Amino acid sequence: MSVISIFFTALFYISLIVFLVGMARKIYQFWMTPAPLKIPTAPTPLTQTGVVMRMMREVALFESLFKSNKWIWLFGWLFHFGLLLVLIRHIRYFWPGDLPDIFLLTQPFKYAAFAMVVGLVGLMLRRVFVERIRYISAPSDYLMLIMLLIIGVSGAVMTFTSNHTDIIMVKEFASGLISFNWANLPTEVHFLVHIFLVFVLMAIFPISKLLHVPGIFFSPTRNQMDDARSKRHISSWALKQEQEHATRLEQTLGKDE
Amino acid sequence: MAKEFDIPVLPAYLEIPELKEGIMDGEGPFKSVQEFQKPLGFPGEKVDNWQQVAIDKMGELKSKYRSVQVFLDSCVKCGACTDKCHYFLGSSDPKNMPVARQDLFRSVYRRHFTFTGKYFPKLVGAKELDDDMLDDWYNYFHQCSQCRRCSVFCPYGIDTAEISMAAREVLDVVGMGQKYCNQILGKALTIGNNLGLPEPALRDTLLDLEEEIEEETGGVAVKYPLDQKGAEILLITPSADFFAEPHIDGLIGYGKVFHQDGVSWTLSSYASEGANFGMFIGSYDVMRKAALRIRKAALDLEVSRVMVGECGHAWRVAYSFWNTLSGVGAGATDEFGQKLQDQLDHRYPQPQHIIEYTHDLIQRGKLAFDKSANDDRTVTFHDSCNVARATNMGGISDGQFILPRDVIKAVCNNYVDMERGTIKEVTFCCGGGGGLLTDDLMEIRVKGAMPRMQALKAVEEDNGVNTLAAICAICKSQFSKVLPKFDFDPYMIVSVHQLVSEAIIMDKPQIAVQKAQPQTDTDDAMLAETAET
Repeated sequence: MSVISIFFTALFYISLIVFLVGMARKIYQFWMTPAPLKIPTAPTPLTQTGVVMRMMREVALFESLFKSNKWIWLFGWLFHFGLLLVLIRHIRYFWPGDLPDIFLLTQPFKYAAFAMVVGLVGLMLRRVFVERIRYISAPSDYLMLIMLLIIGVSGAVMTFTSNHTDIIMVKEFASGLISFNWANLPTEVHFLVHIFLVFVLMAIFPISKLLHVPGIFFSPTRNQMDDARSKRHISSWALKQEQEHATRLEQTLGKDE
Repeated sequence: MAKEFDIPVLPAYLEIPELKEGIMDGEGPFKSVQEFQKPLGFPGEKVDNWQQVAIDKMGELKSKYRSVQVFLDSCVKCGACTDKCHYFLGSSDPKNMPVARQDLFRSVYRRHFTFTGKYFPKLVGAKELDDDMLDDWYNYFHQCSQCRRCSVFCPYGIDTAEISMAAREVLDVVGMGQKYCNQILGKALTIGNNLGLPEPALRDTLLDLEEEIEEETGGVAVKYPLDQKGAEILLITPSADFFAEPHIDGLIGYGKVFHQDGVSWTLSSYASEGANFGMFIGSYDVMRKAALRIRKAALDLEVSRVMVGECGHAWRVAYSFWNTLSGVGAGATDEFGQKLQDQLDHRYPQPQHIIEYTHDLIQRGKLAFDKSANDDRTVTFHDSCNVARATNMGGISDGQFILPRDVIKAVCNNYVDMERGTIKEVTFCCGGGGGLLTDDLMEIRVKGAMPRMQALKAVEEDNGVNTLAAICAICKSQFSKVLPKFDFDPYMIVSVHQLVSEAIIMDKPQIAVQKAQPQTDTDDAMLAETAET
């Protein structure tokens, strides 16, 4: 194996481990942190089914964002949905051996790259030109968009222009990563940039704003149902405190009159 | 203290302003002092090692509140919330954009609690908690009314109120409390209400009120029982209802409704406050302490129902938090909650809102109205933020929007809603909520009222609206103050139960009047006609 292939192979595993361990820790933290009070935001579903539906609309359709701002919604949704389709299409590279026929259906998903890039460009333009969004943007916010744009554009260049890379080699490399049959990878610069940024993105996932992905599922304003009056909701620490009668006030304010 | 400022001009359409950085910079509201801090267990002045204390507290809060942890991590700076805050729309100060307000807190979180913030602070906008930052916290977290409008629009449901509460709690533990809230809490936790009204004064007030009503109604003895053991209903209402205008006219309305229903009810001198400013300062302990007084009153007075008067955040605390804090509710599996819940009558929702109660009586035809009494009014309803976004009424979807409107429509012939984007779950705050209802914050209160005033102006011009009804003591006080600044009549703000009070037909003593049958619109019209003739 070439040095460069060894480097990228190692980078993949390191990124993957950082991603998995980091995400597991973060999700564990979100999971274990109690939500002591009922704080859902209207319109709050009255049933658990309603909450599941609300979450699905939020995740699949960006319902709240749609209410908020049609442009951000449009670009944001184009990017995310495009990315999803493109990712699904990428499974073929990691699939060891011959592809099942079902993958034929994902062939047109390559065009989703355009949706993705258009969405990202839109978001970038808004970040640069809308004064309010520029004000709240840190360098990392631009950097994240730039990385995703380069990933999207380099991928599209390989797919839609004559700058194809050796797709057989890519498949051997990628599926080799999964099956531990390591292989050399093509060395065209745009391909290397493409996968380098993808691996980096994977690694920074748990320490960046990409945490919005697990975050939405743990958001108490979105995942709680409206049953405050009919069911006593109490966190572990509050219950403990209650049992010990240990509120700070009781000590400082004196006993009840 | 009150500095000169320009009162916003009401635009024909609400526009997103250009940023004016630093326009709302300042000292913030008056700071609390030893006298008010100590009873709450907070230091009286800025502690020496405040930075360490603050960071430790942040760590504690994010480990106790999932909301804080998740919201700090999840924001992608998409900008969806940037034009949603009434304080931003009214002031143009970018730090009043919800995300920018959160970022005052988030940037410190990143610096001290995240890998990227520790090693690449510039890259991710992480900042140190220095004196300037702390001052910014104090100033800008007291320009948030915790109305949660931003949370409706955020794709992750990030609620600035949660961050604002956390920041205020940190400020309290380093000795930078806000005078207004903490002074009031001291009174509520020792005397029993925010006004510091002791039992004899409260009793006198209620007696006066009884006399006044008897005179006005030509001899109907509407009673305001205080500390009456064994009453069915304990009414917990904001103490503003006992004194302030227009609140007291709402209290008159509650009394008349109770009287017509013939139910036994009582107020408590020990728990004579519906408001719970513990929520505003973000302290679970203080909020619980205030809620426990109500539990104690309910147990001592052996009531079977707990009811809440017209108060926005009180209803949030009551509806969403009481069951958690003190067990006023149902479905407890623990000993603490069960003890109280065994006493409560679960044929009724516990706690119940006075609007739910009146609405139910209207539905069952127990109340008769002369709607023409309100014919001089064209009414619109201001959804108070805490009721609208954090509670429910009637146990039906959107009940918190439907029930108050139903009650108004049952007692008024002329009702119009304001523009859809300014009511219901996306309602604009009155500008005075969340512990901001103090004169030293008048500038932000007036500016923050602008979006609501703009919507009101529109229905005034288009529909001749001359009455603004609300079910929140803070909204009522705030509107009384700010309406004239925008050239409205300060008396156009009324309690919903004032409208009820004006239209309700009271049974005269000794004369048994046939109660009205279940009402429909036609019945109402007929009743109104009969009354006119």
